[in-house]
Amino acid sequence: MIQSFDYNAVLVILSGVKATLILSAIAFGMGGFFGLLVALARTSGIKLLERLSSAYIDFFQGTPMLLQLFLAYYGLPVLGFPVNPWTAVTIGLTLHASAYLGEIWRGGIQAVPRGQTEAAAALGLSYHHRMRDVVFPQAFRLSLAPTVGFSVQLIKGTSLAAIIGFVELSRSAQIIASTTYKPLLAYGVAGIFYFAICFPLSMYSMRLAKKYNREA
Amino acid sequence: MTDKDSGFEPDHNVSHFAVGKEPIITIEDLNKWFGDFHALKNINLQVAERERVVICGPSGSGKSTLIRCINHLDVFQKGRIVVDGNELTNVARNVDAIRAEVGMVFQQFNLFPHLTVLQNCMLAPMRVRGKSKAEASQTAMKFLERVRIPEQASKYPAELSGGQQQRVAIARALCMSPKIMLFDEPTSALDPEMVREVLDTMVALADEGMTMLCVTHEMGFARSVADRVIFMTAGEIVVDTPPLEFFDSPDNPRLREFLGQILHN
Ligand SMILES: Nc1ncnc2c1ncn2[C@@H]1O[C@H](COP(=O)(O)OP(=O)(O)OP(=O)(O)O)[C@@H](O)[C@H]1O
Ligand SMILES: [Mg+2]
Repeated sequence: MIQSFDYNAVLVILSGVKATLILSAIAFGMGGFFGLLVALARTSGIKLLERLSSAYIDFFQGTPMLLQLFLAYYGLPVLGFPVNPWTAVTIGLTLHASAYLGEIWRGGIQAVPRGQTEAAAALGLSYHHRMRDVVFPQAFRLSLAPTVGFSVQLIKGTSLAAIIGFVELSRSAQIIASTTYKPLLAYGVAGIFYFAICFPLSMYSMRLAKKYNREA
Repeated sequence: MTDKDSGFEPDHNVSHFAVGKEPIITIEDLNKWFGDFHALKNINLQVAERERVVICGPSGSGKSTLIRCINHLDVFQKGRIVVDGNELTNVARNVDAIRAEVGMVFQQFNLFPHLTVLQNCMLAPMRVRGKSKAEASQTAMKFLERVRIPEQASKYPAELSGGQQQRVAIARALCMSPKIMLFDEPTSALDPEMVREVLDTMVALADEGMTMLCVTHEMGFARSVADRVIFMTAGEIVVDTPPLEFFDSPDNPRLREFLGQILHN
């Protein structure tokens, strides 16, 4: 039965928008948390931690995200963790995001002049306070633009989750395309939603980059 | 233990250890390598409380490395450093404790650019000493007055001249009430007209009895303030003597050459 492309069809696609935003937010939040650990490990000065975190970053930057999602989806059950698409996608995206954010923030942390950490250390500040009060506030400014830029990549990247059966924006457009036989219209609407989310973020990221380049 | 009230005045003819003082810094057989490069060779040095030591020597002779070992900004491979009774180890807690008692002033000021002058001075007392905001701010203002820039308290470092920034850096270190102050060429990055104001601050500090180790090529300062002047070349201390002998009858040929160059510039 062919359905018409009506208000309901748009609602289905909109619910996909919601799933995409939630998935992106979770991946960004958890990826941010683990990414911070990755960045700290990468700049810890402890050889073993630096090598491990560097290998971790290299793996996730050197393989396609789709493959990472497949590995999470098919790999975790093999390791004895049965997962539904939600969990698999969340874990896959979190790992992916943590590697990328870890690398971006490593760059930010290392761009803070060494004299800053040395001055903080010379005052007796502990590692915790050196990072929190001196390094992070300065690294934050430097990392903000690429971080927002990556969040755009991540939002677009969640569309790959459709392939392992997770219903997000792309997948819901696909469903509507096949029930209404109006693929152009369905994907066109989805495209508009992606654009409406991502374009302002991209612009924002570029504005930040310009601002901080000018100040630097 | 301290001599703070005894009216002790440095006397160039008497070794301070003769006065029965425990050294506040003891460095024994210190050796440091950067990879294969032997940067410090068998350094032995004692500094008494309230003593002012100036360290000079050609570029690359290890002056910075030596004072940076004292607060563990550089790690050494061999030897011993004892600061105020605490032996320096690689344990973070021990290192942080020693750093809290040893102030350091850098050539490049290294103020925190995202914090105001006042916040720069308040950070460590609050985080390390657990002072309240009010207390920390009061102490900070006291020392900013001491270095004669209280009116800049709410500015950011980038809005200050080099000389002002360096005086803030000194005030920031003093807010921790350190027992020892280390200076690594504090005037070398300054425009000539600002050198004076920073040196004046350091002289005032010396007059108050602060124990000071200064790497500097300001020979006027060394002559008038130092109890001892140390000359280093190639990672070794080759001369360690009161300023009178250091400047007026240097018997080390390399020191004579060095002084010749310095005084000509
Ligand atoms: N991080 C490092 N890695 C390798 N070698 C270093 C490092 N830091 C310093 N050195 C070397 O150690 C030697 C001593 O350096 P140091 O900075 O202590 O010299 P300095 O006497 O302070 O010189 P300057 O007057 O130029 O400041 C120099 O030859 C320098 O090249
Ligand atoms: Mg130096």
